[in-house]
Amino acid sequence: MTTVTHRAAPATDRRGAGRLTGTGTLIRLNLRRERIPLIAWVLGIGLVVASTFSTIAALYPDAAERAALARSIAVNPAFLAITGPIHGSSIGAISAWRVMAVGTSLVGLMAVFTVIRRTRADEEAGRAELLAGSVVGRFAPLAAAVTVAVGASLTIGLLSAAAALGNGQDTAGSLAFGGAMAGCGVVFAGVAAVAAQLAESARTATALACTAVATGYALRAVGDTNSALSWLTWLSPQGWANHVQPFVTNELWILGLFLLAGAVAALIATRMLEHRDLGLGMVTARPGPSGNPRLSTPEALAGRIHRGTLIGWAVGLAAFGLVTGAVASTSDDLLTGNPQLKDVMAHIGGAGAVSDMLLSVMGTLAGLTVGGYAIATGLRMRSEELADRVGPVLATPVGRIRWMAGHLGFVVVGPALLLTTAGLVAGVLNSIEVGSLSAGFGGAFAAMLVQLPATLVLGGIAVALFGLAPRLTGLAWAALVAALLLGQLGQLLQLPQWVMDLSPYTHVPQVPVAALSWTPIVLLTVVAAAFIAAGVAGFARRDVS
Amino acid sequence: MTEQPAIRMSGVVKTFGPVRALDGLDLSVRAGEVHGFLGPNGAGKSTAIRVLLGQLRADAGTSTVLGADAWSDAVALHRRLAYVPGDVSLWPNLSGGETIDLLARLRGGIDRSRRDELIERFELDPRKKGRAYSKGNRQKVAIVAALASDVELLILDEPTSGLDPLMEAVFQECVNAEKQRGRTVLLSSHILSEVEALCDRVSIIRTGAVVETGTLAELRHLTRTAISAELATMPAGLAGRPGVHDAVIEDHRIKLDVDAAALDDVLKALVAGGVRTLTASPPTLEELFLRHYGDRLGQTDPLAAGGPGQADRRQPSEPPRQSRAALR
Repeated sequence: MTTVTHRAAPATDRRGAGRLTGTGTLIRLNLRRERIPLIAWVLGIGLVVASTFSTIAALYPDAAERAALARSIAVNPAFLAITGPIHGSSIGAISAWRVMAVGTSLVGLMAVFTVIRRTRADEEAGRAELLAGSVVGRFAPLAAAVTVAVGASLTIGLLSAAAALGNGQDTAGSLAFGGAMAGCGVVFAGVAAVAAQLAESARTATALACTAVATGYALRAVGDTNSALSWLTWLSPQGWANHVQPFVTNELWILGLFLLAGAVAALIATRMLEHRDLGLGMVTARPGPSGNPRLSTPEALAGRIHRGTLIGWAVGLAAFGLVTGAVASTSDDLLTGNPQLKDVMAHIGGAGAVSDMLLSVMGTLAGLTVGGYAIATGLRMRSEELADRVGPVLATPVGRIRWMAGHLGFVVVGPALLLTTAGLVAGVLNSIEVGSLSAGFGGAFAAMLVQLPATLVLGGIAVALFGLAPRLTGLAWAALVAALLLGQLGQLLQLPQWVMDLSPYTHVPQVPVAALSWTPIVLLTVVAAAFIAAGVAGFARRDVS
Repeated sequence: MTEQPAIRMSGVVKTFGPVRALDGLDLSVRAGEVHGFLGPNGAGKSTAIRVLLGQLRADAGTSTVLGADAWSDAVALHRRLAYVPGDVSLWPNLSGGETIDLLARLRGGIDRSRRDELIERFELDPRKKGRAYSKGNRQKVAIVAALASDVELLILDEPTSGLDPLMEAVFQECVNAEKQRGRTVLLSSHILSEVEALCDRVSIIRTGAVVETGTLAELRHLTRTAISAELATMPAGLAGRPGVHDAVIEDHRIKLDVDAAALDDVLKALVAGGVRTLTASPPTLEELFLRHYGDRLGQTDPLAAGGPGQADRRQPSEPPRQSRAALR
C-alpha cells in the first residue's frame, strides 16, 4: 500500500503556479499552425527592409544628393503625414525613415492576427475547450500566442538589424532600428491579448485591435503634421519608433517604452482572463428577438451579416476624414517659416498646392484601407461557406447567383459608402478651416471618391478567387500588400513602370493635384466588373463545400 | 404518377481528387415513404445528399428529385423540399427564432402556429443567439425550420446527432406525423434504432455505393435469428446442421444463430430435445450492419479467428448478392 507513490500534482500548493503549464507544448503547436503566415510575414518584411537599404545605397551614393533628398522630404507635408519626419540624411537614416512608419504598423498587424487567431478564434471554434480539458494551465494558451507573436516580431527586428549591418551600417544604429521595428509587434501583441478577452467573437476582437493599430498611425500622422499637437506622437507606438531616430541619435531608451506598454497590456489581459468564463467575453451577449418576419430574403441575411462590420468601418473612415481635414487645412502653415520653399511649391501647383498634395496622398491611403474592406467583404462569402452556412440557404429556393448578389451589394456599395463618408467629413472640416465651401470641399471629397474603382478591383479579385479558386482566397490579401508596397516603395526603388502598373492604385488620377481623367476610372471599373463576373460564373458551376 | 419515385439516383460518381466518394451509387426513394439511408461515417451519405441538393456536381450518373434534375432545376426544386444538415452551423449574431423564420421564409412561407408548437415541443429557447446554442439545440433550430415549412420532401442528414433521447422521441413522433400527411422523407443515419423505428425501406451505403435496399422485413429475411434454449437432452449434430452458425453448447444450454431458411428444421430438432426455456430474438439492424462491415471487424480482431464453434463460420463480409438482385 505505502509503496505506491503518486506523482505529486505539480505545485498546487503555491497560488498561481501551474497556470502556465503546457505553454511550451502550445508554443510548438502555434508555430506549427502559423508556420505559413509567420514565414510570409517575417520574410516579406525582411526582404522589403533589405531591398530598401540596398536600393537607397545604390541610387543615392552621393552625400550631397542625399542631403537634398532629405531636405525635400522634410518639408513635404504628404511625407510627414504618411511616414513622419526625417532626422538625418545618411543611407541608414533615409532607409529607416522610409521603412518604419508603414513597416511598424505591418508588424503590429502581424502580431494582432497571430494573437487573435490563436486565442479568441480557437476559443470560438471550441478548440480551446478541447485543450482546457487536458493538462493546460489557464494562462497557457494566451501566453503561448503572445510568445509566438513577440518572437516573430523580434525575428523581424533581428532580420532588419542584420539587413542594415549587411548594408554596412553601424551596429548601434542597426540595433536601434531593429528594436524600433520589433517594438510595435510587442505592444500590439499585448493590445490584441486584451481585445481577445473583451470580445466574444474573433472578428470583433480583430476589429478592436486593428482599430488600435490604425489609431496609433493616425495619432502619429496628426502629431507630425501639426506642431501644436506634436505631443500626440508620444501616444502612438508608431510615433515612438520614429522617435528612436535610428542611425541619427539612437534613442535606445525608447525601446523600454515598447516593453513596458506590452507588459502592462499583457498584465491587463491576464487579469481579465482570470475573471471571465471560457468561451465568453467580458460583455455577455443579450438575448435576441424570438422571431423576425422581415428577415426573409437572402439580401436581408447578407445585410445582417455585413451591417455591423460596415458601421464599424464607417466610424473608422469618418475618423480618417477628420484627420485628413485637420491635416490638410494646417499643412500650408508648414511653409510659413520657409518662403523659399513656398515659392517652389507655388510654382509647381499654385496656391494651396501643399494641401492638395496632402489630400491626394491621404486619398490613396483611404483607398488602400477601403480596398482591405472590399477584400474582407468579398471573402466573407468564403468564411460563410467554410462554416457550412451556405448549404442550408442554397437548399431553399435561393439560387447561387441570388445568394451572391446580397454579398456583392456590400462589396460594391460598401466601399462607395465608406469613401463618401471619409470624403464628406474631410471636405466639411476642410471647408470650415478654409472658410469657404467651394474652395475647401470639392478637392477633399474628390480625393477620396476617386479611389472607388481601384478598391472595387481589389474586391473583384477576392470575388474571382472565391468563385474560381476558393482554396486560394488568401491571395487577395497578397494583392493588397503588393499594391501597398508598390505605392509606398515603387517610386523610391525606381521600379519599372510595368511593375508599377500592376497595382490598380497606380492608375488612379492624383486628384486634386492632377485633373480628374475619366479613362482610367472607366477602365478600372470594367476590370473590377470582369473580376466579379468571373467569380459569379465560377461559383455558379463549382461544388459548394 | 404514383409510380414516379421521389428520388432516383443512378450510377452517380463523385470524386474529390483521388478519392472516389460516390462510386456508381443507385438510390430509389418512393413517394410517401420514409426511407432510411444507412451507413458508417465516411460511406458517402452526406456526399449523396449534397448531390441531391445540387450543391455538388456529379462526375457521372443522373440524380432526379421529384421528377426534376437535382443540379439544373435546383432552385425550383427547393421550393418543394426541406433539408436538415448533420452539423448545423448558425449565424452567430442571429437568434434561433430569427434563423428559423429566415430558413422557412426563404423556402416560401412559414406556418406560424406550427412553428410555435414545434418550438415548444422541442423545448427550444428561440431568443438565444446562434453562438450560444449547444450542438443539440443548433440541431433543433434546423429541425423546427424544416418541419414548419410546407414541403413534399424532407431530406434529413443525421438530424438527431446531439439530441437527447427525450428529444429523439419527439423527433420520431414528428417524422411519423409527416409521413401520415403523405410526405416523403429521406433519413440518413448511423443510429440503427432510429431507422428501425421510422423507416419503411432502407438503403445501406458502403464506400460510395448502395449495397442493399429493401424493407426491414426483406432485409431481416437475409439475416439470422439468434436462439438460446435450455433442453432436456442435447440432440447430436445440431451445431453441424446447414444454416446453423456460431453454436455454443454448455451442458443443457445451447446458443446459436440460424438462417431464416433453416429455422423450421432447427426448431423441430430443438423441440425433439425437450425445450425447457427458449428465447428467440429477431436480427437487429446492428447485425445486418455488421455483416456488411464485418470484414473490417474481423480483420482488426485477432480473437475472431479460431475458437470453439467457429469452424463453420461463413465469411461475415460475404455480401448476399443474390438477394440484392432479387430486391430490385
